[in-house]
Amino acid sequence: MTETMKHTLLFVFVGVMILLEGMTDFLFFSGSWNSALVILNMGLISAIMAIGVNIQWGFAGLFNVGIMGFTALGGLAVVLVSTPVIPAAWSSGGVSIVMALVMGALTVVSAVMITKFMPAGKLRTVVLLAVLIIGFFVYRAIFDPAVGSVEAINPALQGNIGGLGLPVLLAWPAGGLLAAGAAWLIGKTALGLRSDYLAIATLGIAEIIIAVLKNEDWLSRGVKNVVGLPRPLPYEVDLQNDPSFVERAASWGMDPVTASTVYVKAGYALMFTVVLLALLWMAQMALKSPWGRMMRAIRDNETAAEAMGKDVTRRHLQIFVLGSAICGIAGAMMTTLDSQMTPGTYNPLRFTFLIWVMVIVGGSGNNFGAVLGGMLIWFFWIKVEPMGILLMELVTSGMAEGSALKAHLLESASHMRLFTMGLILLLVLRFSPRGLIPEK
Amino acid sequence: MDLLNALVALTNFVLVPGLAYGSQLALGALGVTLIYGILRFSNFAHGDTMAFGAMVTILFTWLFQSMGLSAGPLPTALLALPFGILGTIALALFTDKTVYRFYRQQKAKPVIFVMVSLGVMFMMNGIVRFIIGPSDQRFTDGERFVISARTFKKLTGLQEGLAIKTTEALTVVTAVIVVAVLFWFLNKTRTGKSMRAYSDNEDLALLSGINPERVVMYTWMIVAALATIAGVLYGLDKSFKPFTYFQLLLPIFASAIVGGLGNPIGAIAGGFIIAFSEVTITYAWKKVLTYGLPDSLAPDGLVQLLSTDYKFAVSFAILIVVLLFKPTGLFKGKAV
Repeated sequence: MTETMKHTLLFVFVGVMILLEGMTDFLFFSGSWNSALVILNMGLISAIMAIGVNIQWGFAGLFNVGIMGFTALGGLAVVLVSTPVIPAAWSSGGVSIVMALVMGALTVVSAVMITKFMPAGKLRTVVLLAVLIIGFFVYRAIFDPAVGSVEAINPALQGNIGGLGLPVLLAWPAGGLLAAGAAWLIGKTALGLRSDYLAIATLGIAEIIIAVLKNEDWLSRGVKNVVGLPRPLPYEVDLQNDPSFVERAASWGMDPVTASTVYVKAGYALMFTVVLLALLWMAQMALKSPWGRMMRAIRDNETAAEAMGKDVTRRHLQIFVLGSAICGIAGAMMTTLDSQMTPGTYNPLRFTFLIWVMVIVGGSGNNFGAVLGGMLIWFFWIKVEPMGILLMELVTSGMAEGSALKAHLLESASHMRLFTMGLILLLVLRFSPRGLIPEK
Repeated sequence: MDLLNALVALTNFVLVPGLAYGSQLALGALGVTLIYGILRFSNFAHGDTMAFGAMVTILFTWLFQSMGLSAGPLPTALLALPFGILGTIALALFTDKTVYRFYRQQKAKPVIFVMVSLGVMFMMNGIVRFIIGPSDQRFTDGERFVISARTFKKLTGLQEGLAIKTTEALTVVTAVIVVAVLFWFLNKTRTGKSMRAYSDNEDLALLSGINPERVVMYTWMIVAALATIAGVLYGLDKSFKPFTYFQLLLPIFASAIVGGLGNPIGAIAGGFIIAFSEVTITYAWKKVLTYGLPDSLAPDGLVQLLSTDYKFAVSFAILIVVLLFKPTGLFKGKAV
């Protein structure tokens, strides 16, 4: 069996799994096309995130454990771009909030300038501290009242500055830009140091982005969530009330409710596939270009690359920003799919480490591997729970009815997920570190 | 203006909690820094090792409680602690044997080790959630306070009360004892010296006949003990929830890096720096300032620099500043 053949078969396997999910309810399959399409859609988004991480890790050897943060920024972009404009918010405090943020940014910039251009010494420390402290208090003085007035506007529904009222599809590239900005800031500080430091810094920024999204109600309503975000596709209810759609559904032999839900989900799947293919094509082109070869040269031997005159830190920054931007795009797509922004649901195990498992299992350094890993691991992530419950039922079938141990085992089966993912990661790293579809 | 009350309020809300939290972070950071010094990677599974140790201790605490054993005014968890430590040592040695040793023999790059530790973290997290569940567990018993706010007010006649929880006092005392024993071990015993030698210069240490596998084994044992103690103290003081232990990773890493990765004294100093910055920056200073300043200057607002939800941001900001200006940490660590 040739390599290509094997790789195609792997993709076919994932496809068959998803088809089986739709067709049969044997074992852990559910036999619902809706559920199959839900898995497919999130699988496609996961594949995009995996491409982003693969660019960073596979091409350049950068270890980013803040994927959750970049994903969440993508979600924030959807809120900021697509929700309707709230004029009252802007007239009451929105402008001051923007001013306060600019003020804060100016403080930081001037602090950086001072450290750069003033000679080191006591004077510099004093000036630096003075600028930072004064800047902070001025920022708070403008910021706090403005936030108060914005949050007071119709708090049950809004209470935030709203968005720009633009089409939701524009939010996808905007999410990428937002994530790229955050990545630039992190990369600027942590790149060029030991590789572990980037990991720790990204871990931190992700936690902070989530904390900001949870607590800054004026921005994205915090844990009150933003629901009912605009959608690029029609609502199911509208489809069900549309006589021509009902007629078409009847001609497919489906009832209108199922037909409308499947229709919408399939529409998303189509859109996501287009984005995925575009990004995959770009990543492949980048990998094959002289730029991609340079990146891999840097990854394999930094010293040698530096000796050839390559600016390693700058190239690392570049690729770190690019990869994070892709994660931001995926995050925006995910929020669009859910049509709600729920900062409380971002969890590092699900949004950061799971993506890592996808990249490693799929094959780091190979874009097709990342895509395969994304789809495959996502399928298992969903299905490990029913599998775990099946297994536990099997294990406990011999035990007495109503025993405490049996109840505990059955109840805990859902926590098998983390354990299984960790085990898969360790097994692949140990026995097949190049993954399912290795780098060429 | 009432300086005495200001001082009491400051001690009650800033000094005591900061001291306790600092000790917990210091113990955690010591573990991270030892792993870094000897095995040369950042162990992402440390938070979950702490959770595992705390979990074993909790299970034994429950067992002892059901048997009617207690430590009098002290929490029963202290009796269970040695068993927790033994359990965690067993787990740490088992993971080293099955997971890390392979990569050590391969001389894998540090970043691979970090990634492997992620996998270990996942599995430990899964085990802990599987056994004890993801929800909050309180397992303190015995006396709640060394001195309660009411007794203090009665004793001194002051308006402000000072409360010291048993767990806080216990945390600080335990931390001092543990650190003293650890430093005695590292500086005076043969094994401790060989560990330091191995950490300073691997090749020279090998040349002088130090067995690296033994050094690694002792390191894991010490780290497991430290992690369990830190985890139990944190759980006693706040409460035990597996996810909070994962979140502790950030302040712990920040402490270790601020002090200088690989440097034990630095880890302790870093722990207190991070803890006190977190507490002071997220504390609402209104009370202390109202007492401490003349009436005309008394503040209207809460005088809270950042809301408590941003305590991670504080450790992170300190971490970034240190990375920017002094990547080796305040007390010269090994890493650049």
